[in-house]
This record gives sequence, structure tokens and C-alpha cells, in this order.
Amino acid sequence: MLNAVMQKNAPAPAETPVRNKEVIHEIVSASQFGVVQKKLSPWETVYQISAVRKAAILIVLAVIWEVYARSVNNALMFPTFSSTMQAFAHGILSGSLLVKAWTSIQVLLTGYVAGIAIAGVFTVIAINSRIGTDLLETLTAMFNPLPSIAILPMAMIWFGLGTQSLVFVLIHSVLWAVALNTHTGFTSVSNTLRMVGRNYGLGGFRYVGKILIPAAFPSILIGLKVGWAFAWRTLIAAELIFGVSSGQGGLGWFIYENKNLMDIPNVFAGLFSVIFIGLIVENLIFRTIETRTLRKWGMLN
Amino acid sequence: MIENASTPLLDVQGVTLQYKTRDHLITATYRVNFQVHKSDRFVLLGASGCGKSTLLKAVGGYIAPTEGEISLKGVPVKGPGPDRMMVFQEFDQLLPWKTVKQNVMFALESSGKLTGRAAEDKAVQYIEKVNLANFADNYPHTLSGGMKQRVAIARGMAMEPDILLMDEPFAALDALTRRKMQDELLDLWDETKFTVLFVTHSIEEAIKIGNQILLLTPHPGQVRAEMASVPRDRLQTDEARELESRIHNMLFAPENIDEVSHA
Repeated sequence: MLNAVMQKNAPAPAETPVRNKEVIHEIVSASQFGVVQKKLSPWETVYQISAVRKAAILIVLAVIWEVYARSVNNALMFPTFSSTMQAFAHGILSGSLLVKAWTSIQVLLTGYVAGIAIAGVFTVIAINSRIGTDLLETLTAMFNPLPSIAILPMAMIWFGLGTQSLVFVLIHSVLWAVALNTHTGFTSVSNTLRMVGRNYGLGGFRYVGKILIPAAFPSILIGLKVGWAFAWRTLIAAELIFGVSSGQGGLGWFIYENKNLMDIPNVFAGLFSVIFIGLIVENLIFRTIETRTLRKWGMLN
Repeated sequence: MIENASTPLLDVQGVTLQYKTRDHLITATYRVNFQVHKSDRFVLLGASGCGKSTLLKAVGGYIAPTEGEISLKGVPVKGPGPDRMMVFQEFDQLLPWKTVKQNVMFALESSGKLTGRAAEDKAVQYIEKVNLANFADNYPHTLSGGMKQRVAIARGMAMEPDILLMDEPFAALDALTRRKMQDELLDLWDETKFTVLFVTHSIEEAIKIGNQILLLTPHPGQVRAEMASVPRDRLQTDEARELESRIHNMLFAPENIDEVSHA
């Protein structure tokens, strides 16, 4: 349009358009607008809560399960949601399921904590020397892709058929994920924050504990979550192979045992317990840690 | 403006700084001399790549000179320390896991300067000085860029260091906020007469903030000139404008025009 105008007045030189000298407007008071701030409707408020949305998803999944299982109508192949829940409730009330779950969780926590501790040692070595970094990177590249369950046969030979070999494979499953993430977190701490820490005269463990660990916490937490999931899977799988040996088996053994008895609702109840514990740990424990740290600090959106 | 000409607080003598990149050894500054006295507002001014930030980091103790010496109160600088507090350009210099007050207190406590109640009182006092009393319990991510820089300044000043090192602290702010922060910094100086070494690439900011200006030319940074700035009550006069164009001509002399990326 500007072009057209300029072509029309072809020979005339382009000039700065003339405007009014200065115009000052009155500011409208906010009270005169229709909406400045308005409460959301009850439906919108409820929909904002993620727990409600997730519960809705779970209910829908349960309904689909029930409908499908009824259409299959074969309790040995695919028991219904309601019969699984019955078996689950019975397991809880009789205490057998709780005992099995507790056995699993005890072994799991031992392996998890030990794995994290060893990962901590590796990471400290890695941040203090270049050869340490190379060591961690090489070991992680070698062992992280190796499924823990693949080393279970060897562990059984080395440590016997007991808790020890379970803890060994658990450490293997936790260690590399946690070490890798923690190390990545440390190396990505901004140079400015590092300089700030040194400006205060911090060094050694105080520097690591007060600057590096909190600054790297987003990555560390991811490592802890991934490590937890790996450990949980590994444990259940290992228990399925192990079975009878350790005398009092955990959830994996419960599943295996009931499969042999063809008590399929109980098999499903065992699987359901595994899922249930996973959901609780993820949504209660890790979510709470996240809300109290990363979200509060604005390190996560 | 020099108040105590006999003994400089900070003495930079023939300092050459070099650092290594992946495949080059780069000389950032070459034999730079300057002296900062107590209560100076000393400005290092130059275009990008003149080594002024590197020079400030060397004073901060993060980089050791390959030649020459930096000494504070007659003692050679050996490493970073709380007697030389840095204020950086980046907004992420505050610890995100601590509130405004905790950030200031943490500096006091971890350097061993003050503890507990005394640290808290000092922190509150300086947070009030930068007009953030209402935000003392906020986490940094809830603050605007200008507020974050104020916290960083409060933190630096609460430590009551021998010298405050400011590395383009207002460069990442919008123009209106920057001007306000400059005025506030000068007000704070009127109150406490702290010593500051201030790095900037803005001629206007240098004249406004500084009482003494060191001009650096790029690649490698060398001292082109050292001059007194215009007194603050004459900033809007022809004197200031003349100084500005003189500095401009010195920095943008034909021989280094291609080196300058004016920001």
C-alpha cells in the first residue's frame, strides 16, 4: 500500500508523515472492566487437580478391563477386575500378600540404598579427576546396557541362592543409572553458580554438599527415579527365576507359585500389587520430593 | 576524587592474562596497569573481546596472571575469596534453592563472617537497602531480572568486602530498569562509600557510574587511556557529552573498528 502511494506521487520525495504533536490519554480504572479476575467454575477447578485426572484414567482402565474380561469369560486366561480385586483384598486381609510385599521391599531397599551409595563414591571420584570421569564413563557405557537379569545366573553361582545375589543384581541395576545422571547433573551446573560458591570460600565436601548437589538435584532425582524403576523390575524378575530357594519368597515368588497352582486371580493380584506399589512410590514419594524441592525452587516447570 | 592517593587498595601491575581454548592459546590482556583506591567507583570500559571480564575474574582470583601481579591491600591475590565479592551479569547467580534472605545469609555464614542471628540481621539490613524487604522470603524464580540483580548486589554489599567486583551487572536488563538500577547503585554508594570495580561496554554507563574510567582496546586488551569521569551533578551537560564523544573516538579509532561489535 505504501508502495502504491509512493508510485502515485512519483516525483515527490518520501516525507515523514505529519502527526499530532502529543496526545495524552486517561487511564481507565480497572474496576470498569468486565473481567479482571474471575473464579473458575467447579468443573474447571476439579479438572486442574492432576490426582483427579489420573484417578479418572485409572477408573476408565478398570472398566475396560472388567468389560473385556467378561466378554472373554475365561478365568484361567484373563480374570475380571472384580475377581482380581477380591483376590487382592483377600491377600491383604489374610496378610500373605503383605508379607510377600514386605519381603520384596526389604530386599529392594537394601539393594537400592547400596547402589546409590556406590554411585555416590563413583561420582565423587569422577568429579575430582579426569581419569575418574573416564572410568565412570567407560564403566557406565559397558554395564548400563547389560540387563541385570543377565548376570543373575553368575550371581547365583557366586553368592548362592539367597538375598545376597538378589542384592548384587539390584546394585547393578541401580548403580549405573544413578551414577550417570548424578555425574551429568554435576557437569551441567552453571559456571556462574560454581564461581559464586568459590567466591564464598567454599571447597571440598562443603562445596559439593552445599552447591553442587542442590544445583544438580534435577538430574539426581531423575537418576533416583530411573534407578527405582530398574530395581523394582529386576527384583520381580529375579524372584520369578529364583522361587523356592530363599524359603520365603517375595511378590515375584507369589506370582510364580500361584501360576503353578493355576490360581490366576491371585497371579493378577500379585501383578496388581507390583503396579500398586510402583504407583504409590511414584505419585506419593517422588512427587512429594519434587514438589518440596524442584517446583518450590523453580527448577522445574 | 582520589581520597587516599598514597596507598592503592587494589594494585594491578603489568598483568598479562592468557587462557586456552580447544585449539588456541589466547592472550586476553597484555600488561595492564591500574590502581583502585578506597571508595573508588572504578570502571573498566571496552568493546566485547577486550578482556575486561577476564581481567575482573583475575582480580576475583579465578584466573592467575601469566605475567605481572594483582595485589589487594598489599597482599597478592591467590584465589577466590569473600574479600572480593563478585556480582555477575547472569540472573542465575542466586542459589535457586534458597530464598532471598537465605541467599544473603548463606554468603555470610559459609564464608564464616557471621552466624545465626547476626547473619540474619545483616542480611535483612541490606535487603532493606535495596528495597526488597517485602520479598525477603521469596525464591529467586519468582523475582524479575532487576530484582535478582538487586539481591546479588545486596549479597555482595552485606559481605562488606574490601572491593565489590561487578561484571556488567545491568547488561541483561531492559533499558528502563537499567537506568533505575544505576541510580540506585549510586544512592547506595552515597550511603556506604563502598569500593567498586565495574565492568561495562556502555560508554554512557561508564561515565554515569564511574569516577575513574580505564579504556581498554581489544585483541589483546591493552590500556588505551585512564581518565576521570564527569562529576555526577554535571552528567547532563556538554562536558559529559564531550567526554562521551572523546571516549567514543578513542575506542572506535579506525585501526580497531573491525574488532568492535557494539552492543
